[in-house]
Amino acid sequence: MEQKDWPLWEVFIRSKQGLDHKHAGSLHAADAAMAIENARDVYTRRMEGVSIWVVESKNIHASNPDDAASFYEPANDKAYRHPTFYHLPDEVKHI
Amino acid sequence: MELQETEIHFQKKVDEEIKIEPKDWMPDAYRKTLIRQISQHAHSEIVGMLPEANWITRAPTLRRKATLIAKVQDEAGHGLYLYAATETLNITRDELIAQLHSGKAKYSSIFNYPTLSWADMGAIGWLVDGAAIINQVALCRTSYGPYARAMVRICKEESFHQRQGFEILLVLSKGSKEQKAMAQDALNRWWWPSLMMFGPKDDESPHSVQNIKWKIKRFTNDELRQKFVDMCAEQVKVLGLTIPDKDLKWNETTGHYDFGEIDWEEFKNVLAGNGPCNKERLSARVSANENGAWVREAAAAYAEKKMKKEITVQVSDTTVMSKEQMLAK
Amino acid sequence: MRDNIYNYVLQLADNSLIMGHRLSEWTGHGPVLEQDIAITNIALDLVGQSRYFYQHAALLKDDGSTEDSLAYLRDANEFKNILLVELPNGDWAKTILKIFFFSSYQYFFYKELIHSLDKQLSAIAEKSLKEVTYHLRWSSEWVIRLGDGTDESHLRMMNALDELWNFTGEMFIAADYELQAANDKIGVDISLLKDDWNKKVEAVFAEATLVVPETKWMQSGGKAGIHTEHLGYILTEMQFLQRAYPDCEW
Repeated sequence: MEQKDWPLWEVFIRSKQGLDHKHAGSLHAADAAMAIENARDVYTRRMEGVSIWVVESKNIHASNPDDAASFYEPANDKAYRHPTFYHLPDEVKHI
Repeated sequence: MELQETEIHFQKKVDEEIKIEPKDWMPDAYRKTLIRQISQHAHSEIVGMLPEANWITRAPTLRRKATLIAKVQDEAGHGLYLYAATETLNITRDELIAQLHSGKAKYSSIFNYPTLSWADMGAIGWLVDGAAIINQVALCRTSYGPYARAMVRICKEESFHQRQGFEILLVLSKGSKEQKAMAQDALNRWWWPSLMMFGPKDDESPHSVQNIKWKIKRFTNDELRQKFVDMCAEQVKVLGLTIPDKDLKWNETTGHYDFGEIDWEEFKNVLAGNGPCNKERLSARVSANENGAWVREAAAAYAEKKMKKEITVQVSDTTVMSKEQMLAK
Repeated sequence: MRDNIYNYVLQLADNSLIMGHRLSEWTGHGPVLEQDIAITNIALDLVGQSRYFYQHAALLKDDGSTEDSLAYLRDANEFKNILLVELPNGDWAKTILKIFFFSSYQYFFYKELIHSLDKQLSAIAEKSLKEVTYHLRWSSEWVIRLGDGTDESHLRMMNALDELWNFTGEMFIAADYELQAANDKIGVDISLLKDDWNKKVEAVFAEATLVVPETKWMQSGGKAGIHTEHLGYILTEMQFLQRAYPDCEW
């Protein structure tokens, strides 16, 4: 009964100087307010000016990294390359 | 056969230092070993809070009080990171906690020893955290991604723990006669259990070979233990205390310190539940969990009520259904 | 006047220390790992606040006193904390309610103390306000969750309310040194905080489906050094090492 009713949340933190949110880890909380506060307490050590996102783990959909080759890289004989086409955001790799 | 190919592909990644991530295929034994090892590590952090939390209310200065609270809190955080890493392997925190409470899962036997004096706070920081750091730095390059990343985060926070412990002992060792005796006494009691933290000797660790191949383990028990002894044998000189091992001696040939034989009977017994504090540690955790049941239920009940209220408001406000309602259909 | 400010600051230090000390007793025993961390955070914030106040008081005393000599070498009758903070933690409901009552008081208090003519007090207030704003938010949410959670949690909150309500009045009854300090624009006129505090409590209680009790008799005495039996035990534990091994460095 217990913590099964407290869903798992994934935590993303953007530091004060940061450009984007990085996956920091996960935690159990009963609701979003609690999740954000827990994230603050656990993952930011109360640093100021930090942005926190929490998402219930069940709402995150991920690709299979082993598909990386066919999923992300076009055929090897492509003449040109877009740098952004190949840059996998860290969050995708970690989930 | 397909299975062999995936297994070869898996080992190739490990050999090439490519991290294994949660959605990757992995041998069942690899997954099981990881669950056991990571969760054991998590349990150790949580149980490990208890011997030190013991002294928070008795810390002798405000600065020591604050830093001890911070240290114990860090340990809770480390436990959390590790439970989170274990949960990526498709097991819930509830199941892990149940394993701990039933005795099915183990935790580091060092925490079954009592903290009898303030000097124990120093000894634990210096020796126990020192041993943990040696182990953890090695694990920062372990093959499983979430575990490695948790270890990197933990290592960053851990160094202050060992420094704090060493400083506590240093101040005591330079203090009054009673304080110096207190420090030596703590060292006497915590030295051998700290050596046991590295586990059985290599030739008595059957899983070691496979775990090294899978890079769940990066170094053997004996290698890490030797590193620890070498480090402490030097550091103890600064403290002006004596490590309670008459066989501890620098070996010019090997370039390491020789040290005495560990009492493996004691190790086995503490592991089997006969340590001085096994029962208390576990019952404290079981109590906290049981006493907290009504709290968790209340929070869950409130969250559900709140969600239902929000749906009602949305329905009455607009004709658009909330996501929850759509999912419920 | 200096003596007066000294007593005033000591009162603030003692409040934070004893409250932080009590909350730290939860470490390792919380109902959920994440909440263990949260409540320990609050304990740490409070101990931190007390250190600033004790250091300031030591400077004011100017007789070789230190933050530690003040915290560890005074007996119970010299402590000036309010009674609320020395009460046992009880269950999670009682602890949450204690934190809620105290942090909402601190919130309104520090907002005023920022205007103190004593620069150090003003600075401490500014830093502490950020912390207690979070403590208030955190504890308010828990009061609501437990008040409006299950039948059991609601009952426990009512029991907690029963035990604690009579200790809330002391927060707004000024000791002589507090009246003097407010007069000198160093301290806060705490009688002016009562309305805001009551409004906050009413608002949170309404959401928590709890009822603000009728005020009968309010316990007090802490600010004059007359405490409950609990403080003696707290100090025995807290001060043991310093008393058993006097004049030592730790």
